[in-house]
Amino acid sequence: MSLDYENDGQLHEKLIEEVLSHYPDKTAKRRKKHLNVAKAGDAPEAAEGQALSECDVKSNIKSIPGVMTIRGCAYAGSKGVVWGPVKDMVHISHGPVGCGQYSWSQRRNYYIGTTGIDTFVTMQFTSDFQEKDIVFGGDKKLEKVIDEIQDLFPLNNGVTIQSECPIGLIGDDIEAVSRKKKKEHGKTIVPVRCEGFRGVSQSLGHHIANDAIRDWVFDGNGNKHEDFEVGPYDVNVIGDYNIGGDAWASRILLEEMGLRVVGNWSGDATLAEIERAPKAKLNLIHCYRSMNYICRHMEEKYGIAWTEYNFFGPSQIAASLRNIAKYFGPEIEANAEAVIAKYQPLVDAVVAKFRPRLEGKTVMLYVGGLRPRHVITAYEDLGMEIVGTGYEFGHNDDYQRTGHYVKDGTLIYDDVTGYELEKFIEGIRPDLVGSGIKEKYPVQKMGIPFRQMHSWDYSGPYHGYDGFAIFARDMDLAINNPVWGLYDAPWKKKAPAPMAIAAE
Amino acid sequence: MPQSAEKVLDHAPLFREPEYVEMLKNKKENFECPHPGEWVDDQREFTKTWEYREKNLAREALVVNPAKACQPLGAVFAAAGFEKTMSFVHGSQGCVAYYRSHLSRHFKEPSSAVSSSMTEDAAVFGGLKNMIDGLANTYTLYEPKMIAVSTTCMAEVIGDDLQGFIENAKNEGSVPREFDVPFAHTPAFVGSHVDGYDNMVRGVLEHFWKGHERSEKAGTFNLIPGFDGFCVGNNREIRRILDMMGVEYTFIQDASDQYDTPSDGEFRMYDGGTKIEDVKEALNAEYTISLQHFATRKTLEYCAEHGQKTADFRYPIGIRGTDDFLMKVSEISGKEIPEALRMERGRLVDAMADSQAYLHGKKYAIYGDPDFVYGMARFILETGGEPVHCLATNGGTAWAKDMQALFDSSPFGKDCKVWPGKDLWAMRSLLFTEPVDLLIGNSYGKYLERDTKTPLLRMTFPIFDRHHHHRFPMMGYQGGLKVLTDILDKFFDVYDEETNTPSKTDYSFDLTR
Repeated sequence: MSLDYENDGQLHEKLIEEVLSHYPDKTAKRRKKHLNVAKAGDAPEAAEGQALSECDVKSNIKSIPGVMTIRGCAYAGSKGVVWGPVKDMVHISHGPVGCGQYSWSQRRNYYIGTTGIDTFVTMQFTSDFQEKDIVFGGDKKLEKVIDEIQDLFPLNNGVTIQSECPIGLIGDDIEAVSRKKKKEHGKTIVPVRCEGFRGVSQSLGHHIANDAIRDWVFDGNGNKHEDFEVGPYDVNVIGDYNIGGDAWASRILLEEMGLRVVGNWSGDATLAEIERAPKAKLNLIHCYRSMNYICRHMEEKYGIAWTEYNFFGPSQIAASLRNIAKYFGPEIEANAEAVIAKYQPLVDAVVAKFRPRLEGKTVMLYVGGLRPRHVITAYEDLGMEIVGTGYEFGHNDDYQRTGHYVKDGTLIYDDVTGYELEKFIEGIRPDLVGSGIKEKYPVQKMGIPFRQMHSWDYSGPYHGYDGFAIFARDMDLAINNPVWGLYDAPWKKKAPAPMAIAAE
Repeated sequence: MPQSAEKVLDHAPLFREPEYVEMLKNKKENFECPHPGEWVDDQREFTKTWEYREKNLAREALVVNPAKACQPLGAVFAAAGFEKTMSFVHGSQGCVAYYRSHLSRHFKEPSSAVSSSMTEDAAVFGGLKNMIDGLANTYTLYEPKMIAVSTTCMAEVIGDDLQGFIENAKNEGSVPREFDVPFAHTPAFVGSHVDGYDNMVRGVLEHFWKGHERSEKAGTFNLIPGFDGFCVGNNREIRRILDMMGVEYTFIQDASDQYDTPSDGEFRMYDGGTKIEDVKEALNAEYTISLQHFATRKTLEYCAEHGQKTADFRYPIGIRGTDDFLMKVSEISGKEIPEALRMERGRLVDAMADSQAYLHGKKYAIYGDPDFVYGMARFILETGGEPVHCLATNGGTAWAKDMQALFDSSPFGKDCKVWPGKDLWAMRSLLFTEPVDLLIGNSYGKYLERDTKTPLLRMTFPIFDRHHHHRFPMMGYQGGLKVLTDILDKFFDVYDEETNTPSKTDYSFDLTR
């Protein structure tokens, strides 16, 4: 299902011009390349597999100092995204206390396990660097930290060392420490060079974390899982971090269609699920941005095919289930159809209930990873229209893929600045903004409904059919709450407030 | 099928539906390679023992679940307390994203700050160019009245010199020469967020006071609150009290409006804060007093260097804490403490007397910043409670000495112990081996509550999972009433929960308590 609408490209062009005119010349020139309006493809009705429009912006280049970029760092990409959710390992935030503190339990990677005993996701392990560690180096301290972890948390299945900025600057040799301690304790120890100053955003941290899996988990682990019985329908889910239970709401569908999910990366994952991944038949990749690297590696080295999928909203779920099934032949394809049919009544009921309350509402997105494009169709399934979208740390291939989702005239902004986002929102006044915690409160102050689309605003799951119901309900409760009509004091009346719709 | 459109199940009930329970059981058994259940049980029980506690407290290198953050967070908070001031943190950009998120999650408010976005090349060549471009962009885009510069650990490790860099940027025309750019070096590997606060406030004073003649205005004073997640409620309460007393004072670093802007259709990037003119004028005050000793040591030192008299408190809550504060203000200003405040005092005492049966002999564990723990422990002692475990990850030996003196001042303090530099995993052992009735801390304490079943009150920064508490004061006699009521509510809720099983425990389910 594709919703038919066009965006006001002219207005968006004008908004871009306006924001650029406020920058110092040098900065305006650099920012100009990151802002654009999507142009329709050659064919008026884009054929299947063809991009609906072109989103031609520069991306994955350095943020400009002082403009209030929303981006994070490589550490956030490795510890916060890729490694942090692996539940039976201890992840050391190696360096000063802050990085681990601010990222502690903030990504809602759900898991089952006894925290502090055999599971460690929602804990903050740090080497808490002091001045003397900077001056004399931190390798000795790191050794002791790893020893103390073995002593106090003996059921951990391994340790990762998530480097913070100083590590790379003071010349510590965390790789040597890792090799030594691996030998001593007989456990997987993974050094990750994800210092925050590396690269231009979270993105390089993902890549470095992927490479660490290749070098320190796959290589040199021998035949640890030799007795694991492989099956014809074994798949890995790659790039689902189980935020609010996303991976669980996805897994249930894959299992229902007869596939065996042998590994989930990395939400609710154990080290074993990562180690055994090369034994699977197919890699299913959800967050392409953060984990395509390791999929390409597994393809080259182990011959495992990979395919992207999208479990946001019924249109994309159905298309993805069908696409995945194609890899496994008619029986699984028939199962996929049965799964789609089974959930159709739920989809119909959700759409019947919420679409009338959301039809025609406009949405602006600014998120990371896969979401600036992946969630678009889920909104459209509810009759909502995307007027603008952009990536915190996307690359060119992300923007190419975005062309398959957005309509003509959509405002595209890469690594948007606080200033730009505020002006764009002011100029467009969408009915809903989906972005992060830093953007939430400024937008709400302006009287515009908002949902955090990194953490699902403490809700979720949003993946799968079960998640779609929650997604629809959440967008409805954000937009149709009566609070938005209370902003103006009655003795200082401006425009009449929109009517709220009471919950049913 | 567990989900339905009529009654949409959230994550909590959804994953308890049989389909999911079965799915997760299979995942564990077939794919996770878990440890045998008895190993997990054994280890869980072992962590509750004195033997584990001793190992745990003997840790020398590993820090687990610390109750502290790093310096620049405190600097960003400090800058938010000055008129139209933008925080500019020199170093890696991810840090700034973290400070902003952290502050927004606590205050449920916007938190604006910019970074100089240093990357690998800046690590090699230094971040001067980032400073020059960054200041120009910030000045043009966000039109601040002042830019307060602090540093991440990256800039500190490579040794960037803020003073020289800012001078250079001004020479390059990034900001006008007369534009105010105070700064503070805030290395994350020294101290904690309270020191970053201290350094930034001192940096602002230095910027405006350096080289200026002081002409003392007798009877006036400056007041600095310290790093306080309850600044919204507390600062306003302190102002109310001081206005009641009719004293002349300057509130230095007041973030109460910045972190409590109204929703009326306009996003205010800046709101409230100490006016720059007032900061300049503050040099002439006779006194500078601080509400938090450990968060303002260097700042008060600087004030003293200028010939000001100084006094400090340790998060004044409760009766004596507030008494001390009021008497000092009265002494400095020569103004009497008004009768209305004596009435407020009497009302708090009245409330404590009414409820004393439920407070006497209760045992507490308290953690947080050093001043907070001191102030809270002092109030608990006044209620006849025993603050058995007092822990501050960012507390040192000086704080430990102060705490011991406090314990020694009350018969209720005799079994109390101070734990400087320890973390919340250490607290877990303390709570298992020497249980208490109530844990006072912040949101991170919820993991301790889950594991040890100690009821938790969230009374200090950061509070992520309860809303709006910081909008109410804890300081002053009125604030004491809120603290008292919250504590009592918790105890009463526990009593009710323990006595609400029909025909089993509900003989004690008393209507009146």
